[in-house]
Amino acid sequence: MRLVTVGDEAVLVEVGDPSTAAALAAWARAGGVAAVEVVPAATTVLLDGVDPELVRQELAAWSGGGAVPSGPLVTIPVSYDGPELGFVAEWWRCSEDEVVRRHTSVELVSVFCGFAPGFAYLAGLPTSWAVPRLESPRSRVPAGAVALADTWSAVYPRAAPGGWRLIGTTALELWDPHRDPPALLAPGTRVRFEAS
Amino acid sequence: MSIEVVDPGPLTTIQDLGRVGLAHLGVPRAGAADRGSADLANRLVGNPAEAAVLETTMGGVTLRPLRAVTLAVTGATCEVRCGGRAAAHGLPLTVPAGTVVEVGPASQGVRSYVAFAGGLAVEPVLGSRSTDTLAWVGPPPLAAGQRLPVGVPASAPAPVDAAPSTQHPRVLTLVRGPRADWVDDDAWRALDGSVFSVGAASDRVGLRLEGPVVRRATSRELASEGMVLGAVQLPPSGQPIVFLADHPTTGGYPVIGLVGRRQLDACAQWRPGEQVTVRVDRSLPPDPRR
Repeated sequence: MRLVTVGDEAVLVEVGDPSTAAALAAWARAGGVAAVEVVPAATTVLLDGVDPELVRQELAAWSGGGAVPSGPLVTIPVSYDGPELGFVAEWWRCSEDEVVRRHTSVELVSVFCGFAPGFAYLAGLPTSWAVPRLESPRSRVPAGAVALADTWSAVYPRAAPGGWRLIGTTALELWDPHRDPPALLAPGTRVRFEAS
Repeated sequence: MSIEVVDPGPLTTIQDLGRVGLAHLGVPRAGAADRGSADLANRLVGNPAEAAVLETTMGGVTLRPLRAVTLAVTGATCEVRCGGRAAAHGLPLTVPAGTVVEVGPASQGVRSYVAFAGGLAVEPVLGSRSTDTLAWVGPPPLAAGQRLPVGVPASAPAPVDAAPSTQHPRVLTLVRGPRADWVDDDAWRALDGSVFSVGAASDRVGLRLEGPVVRRATSRELASEGMVLGAVQLPPSGQPIVFLADHPTTGGYPVIGLVGRRQLDACAQWRPGEQVTVRVDRSLPPDPRR
């Protein structure tokens, strides 16, 4: 764990991997740190709206471990009909059916949201399945697109530009500001994809 | 009590102090881009700081209160007319029912703020009446014919002799950010005193600086990480972006610098094409990892 001061009111905690970031964020949110915002990301947790000196003391109480939060399990029905299903099959050197089998066989976890409201970065695919992003991002990815990039999976909550590989679509509503919480896949949520 | 929108102008939104505590769900903070001017407008009409106000963008707004109301216009310099007659900028105005209030196009600055005694009482979304223009969370931008509800005034406006000037010198002072070491010492020295122009794509998300290329000392890629208000990101183009009210909550470009809260008000008022001199604050230790 390495602390990087971000101005007078924030600290970036570098932890090295997504599951540790998720565990630290859950601990901080449960009362470990007095922060206005706790923003987990791939290898860091941003603690914003804090006294940097006080946070240093508070973080000393963190054991460094802690369970990755185990939130509710959400099942996402997917039509595996995306334009890059064939590309992913080639990249993984398997059939398209095998891509679907693999993608539906793993329990993923929402590690952090970013890019757009409700856009959750879902971790859990093995590193050997990592896929590259598009050379040039699409100007419009439709809402509900199920996509892969590196070892991340995600569902686009609404239409947006994007460079991820599209393998399918879901009709599930990922983001609704009038729902509590508004993001279906808040950090800690466990996710399973299911072929529909 | 409500206000009728006669002409919404190119982009007029409702703003308050913004929404907090939702960054981990990808929800930007939003809130008035020039917080100081919004605060001033609220003070002039006797509102608490959290009251919702209007924020115009370059082109102004035309309104018709359906009951008598006290309002104040601050921020970007513009002509204010009530019932066709010139009225004061930066002072409370009591406007009779049915009188058309014209907030003209900005002659200096970008964003004007209009506060009404009692505050705009539209329904909050996720705890705030702010419109976030990155994800379009919050009330939609104003539309012609719309009626905006106004709350009950909390107190009589305090007497005011003169409001402080809201002119902003075009100097941007940077302190070192969490990824300051992605730019080497020579590049930092070169940056100090450099002149950039404000990019045309600047908006509530960010102030884009166009000018000398700021070279990175490394070609590494950064994993996405949380972003703070005032973060100065350096994309591979070498043209810095200062993150304003509607910035994304995470980003993958290194944050080399930070801009203080007061400077952000100025960032929200600099116009595309204007020249801005960057100053590097050397009063801090060179290594941010204290």
